[in-house]
Amino acid sequence: MSDAAHAPDIHGHHARPSGIMRWLTTTNHKDIGSLYLWFALIMLFTAGSMALLIRAELFQPGLQLVRPDFFNQLTTMHGLIMIFGVIMPAFTGFANWQVPLMLGAPDMAFPRMNNWSFWLLPVAGVLLMSSFLLPGGAVAGGWTMYPPLFIQGGVSYDLTILAVHIMGLSSIMGSINIITTILNMRAHGITLMKMPLFVWTWLITAYLLIATMPVLAGAVTMLLADRNFGTHFFNAAGGGDPVMFQHIFWFFGHPEVYILILPAFGIVSQIIPTFSRKPLFGYASMVYATASIAILSFTVWAHHMFAVGMPVAAQLFFMLSTMLIAVPTGVKVFNWVATMWKGSLTFETPMLFAIAFVCLFTIGGFSGLVLAVAPVDIQLQDTYYVVAHFHYVLVSGALFSIFAGIYFWLPKWTGHMYDETLGKWHFWLSVIGMNIVFFPMHFLGLAGMPRRIPDYALQFTDFNQIATVGAFIFGFSQLVFLAVVLKAIKGGAKAPARVWEGAEGLEWTVPSPAPYHTFETVPTVK
Amino acid sequence: MKSMGQRSGMAGAALAASQPVLAEYGYNLQAPASSVAHHVFQLHNLIMLVCLGIFVAVFSVMFYSLLKHRKSLGHRAAHFHENTAVEVVWTVIPFIILMGMAYPAARVVIDMKDTSNPDMTVKITGYQWKWSYDYLNDGIRFYSNLATPREQIDGGAAKGKHYLLEVDEPMVVPVGKRVRLLITANDVIHSWWVPALGVKQDGIPGFIRDSWFKADRIGTYRGQCAELCGKEHGFMPIVVEVVSEDAYKAWVAKKQGSAHAAAADDAKTFAVAELVARGEKVYQANCTVCHQANGMGIPGAFLPINGSKVATGPIAGHIRVVLNGRPGTAMAAFASQLSDADIAAVVTYQRNAWDNKMGDAAQPAAIAAARGATAEAAAPAAQ
Repeated sequence: MSDAAHAPDIHGHHARPSGIMRWLTTTNHKDIGSLYLWFALIMLFTAGSMALLIRAELFQPGLQLVRPDFFNQLTTMHGLIMIFGVIMPAFTGFANWQVPLMLGAPDMAFPRMNNWSFWLLPVAGVLLMSSFLLPGGAVAGGWTMYPPLFIQGGVSYDLTILAVHIMGLSSIMGSINIITTILNMRAHGITLMKMPLFVWTWLITAYLLIATMPVLAGAVTMLLADRNFGTHFFNAAGGGDPVMFQHIFWFFGHPEVYILILPAFGIVSQIIPTFSRKPLFGYASMVYATASIAILSFTVWAHHMFAVGMPVAAQLFFMLSTMLIAVPTGVKVFNWVATMWKGSLTFETPMLFAIAFVCLFTIGGFSGLVLAVAPVDIQLQDTYYVVAHFHYVLVSGALFSIFAGIYFWLPKWTGHMYDETLGKWHFWLSVIGMNIVFFPMHFLGLAGMPRRIPDYALQFTDFNQIATVGAFIFGFSQLVFLAVVLKAIKGGAKAPARVWEGAEGLEWTVPSPAPYHTFETVPTVK
Repeated sequence: MKSMGQRSGMAGAALAASQPVLAEYGYNLQAPASSVAHHVFQLHNLIMLVCLGIFVAVFSVMFYSLLKHRKSLGHRAAHFHENTAVEVVWTVIPFIILMGMAYPAARVVIDMKDTSNPDMTVKITGYQWKWSYDYLNDGIRFYSNLATPREQIDGGAAKGKHYLLEVDEPMVVPVGKRVRLLITANDVIHSWWVPALGVKQDGIPGFIRDSWFKADRIGTYRGQCAELCGKEHGFMPIVVEVVSEDAYKAWVAKKQGSAHAAAADDAKTFAVAELVARGEKVYQANCTVCHQANGMGIPGAFLPINGSKVATGPIAGHIRVVLNGRPGTAMAAFASQLSDADIAAVVTYQRNAWDNKMGDAAQPAAIAAARGATAEAAAPAAQ
């Protein structure tokens, strides 16, 4: 991804270290963007392997491969790593590469802090992963870390708290950097309402991160105190309340859901107009819809807690506010469809992933609507229906948008076109595999299979076997993706500056690969 | 296993008529057996139909565009990029549809939350990893454990029909009565869930939440703990037997009789061999999931009993640990869970099994005395 780095440094005023020190000390937004993306890719394969182990155990009833406590470690770590180690870093990688290129800025606003934001992540990753080797194994209380179960755990639970703190610091610093860059370093003529939608979604995401990461930090600090310093924040016997943790956690957790999807909206909103050869429909309403989703996300948290029990008024409020989110989300889907309408469509791999995103994310949206209805949610809470729902949103939503974005910008980053045939293989295997894994889970949830169980009753066998087969198809087809990326880095057809016929924006005015330093004089956009 | 064809046929019938189906599962929620579950079933069908309609409408438009507006067909791109009227319409119409869905949903919420005027009340407590049922009107109290043998889980024996969904002591309720549930937990959060009855309520340690159901059909309804509660979370099922009024009365009489027999045991003195034999059963039901059948525990997670200081040290200390547990760990306090005779038996078994071979025994009277000592020690602190 970083062949750009080998381009001669024409200005010569930075003597760059080489080898490992280059990457450790880099303050270049393109280098750091690549680091984030590589980190996310490694973590994707790590947490993906855990998912395959989970699915292998669930292939048939009975305990075959793993014991229940290790199974719980796998589900917990799979969730934590996929969220904090894959989706979030990948989006931050895109922001690092693309925000300065799209805005005509020479780099991020705080390049050294940018370096520090990235290098904290591997530290947190090592803390998390090494806990598998500790007595009692890794954290096994679910990624939601609910007490009192979380209080019972061994030393790895403390390491997890520390890792969450470090990842939070990294996210907050990254967000400060992104906000400052967007607000202060735009080229002449790029007013806020002329920014590419990807930049807009990241601006809003960064504010969400700054608003919610400290809340998560507070929640896990209270856990740390309850575990080690004799406090009783979450212990009824000491005057505390275990449910208070859930309120605090989901006050972070629901905006976090949008942190994981808003940049995806941004990426897709760049890609669909490009391959429709037509401007994005309803740009202003897209911006307002994104902002509305972000604001509403702070008022819906307790819909994760309907089964906890709450007063009628609270249930009705959280049900209605959650249903309201469907309105701006619907506006987005309608806008994407209207953008394609009467366009001049072509179907390169980025566009295929973007179209799959629109369709499949919408399925996740509809199952979200079903779950918003409190009485139905009470039936489906903590079942495989919920697992199906959030994987439609996070795999065919967030992850597919990341694939789409990689295929879209890879030629800009490497200077080479990726292999279109392999890309299409990757797409079709992924989209088919993904649906085979997650669609049957809706039926499992409706039929009454709880989530987070290592073994199940016999009537759930058929759908579990289908899901496991799909998981292996989906998992192994990601090796095709790895091959495409490595191949494009090594060589391939030379990419022009404007890689795609319909591409609009400043990033397509610099050569491919993008030189190590771009926009050292501020450009002017009409 | 039912064939896929049968299942889809049943799901189709359910969608068309919203009538309860006989299939134990299919492509829809389980056949409802209570008024709340009926409401939820119908609400879910309604929402699914609305979602399906919108999905087909929106994606027909998109797929038409994907097929017809292709560059390869020579289609030239139009350049429109906004239309206020259209944008207002597709904001307002979804809003109206949502409010249309919210109205029936709100009615069900209010009905679910109304726990007033029950015919009977049962307090349900979640433990790691079993349930207890307290019949507040009839003075019955018992524990309900997974009944599936370990060999079936580990693949040593063929799996039974109700694998993982069977218990030693089911909850029994009369049909057609409003049953109020008071749900709580002893250690971590659990969630009591029986899909066909439309009840899922978390049990929160230190707090009591309530819920209710009125079963409209006689039958056996099975569910599971729905909130991750530790390693045996997947192995704490719930079975509710809905029976006729007369059968319920007979069951109550039988349970009350066996409670008297258990009380009589607490006053007896047993031979060591008797205690060991009884203790082995108590150990299997309450201790093996953590401490394992061989008493070795799981390194790093659960301590061994074989060769431990507690099981080979003074017997009074051993009894104290079993009665009071180890606060802050998964070791539960069994004082309220087991009778004096059962605690005496399990302590004796642990002291004589494996390599421990202590040769001593605890009698029910010693347990009763230890309970008294604990209560006295707690009393001054409470003042």
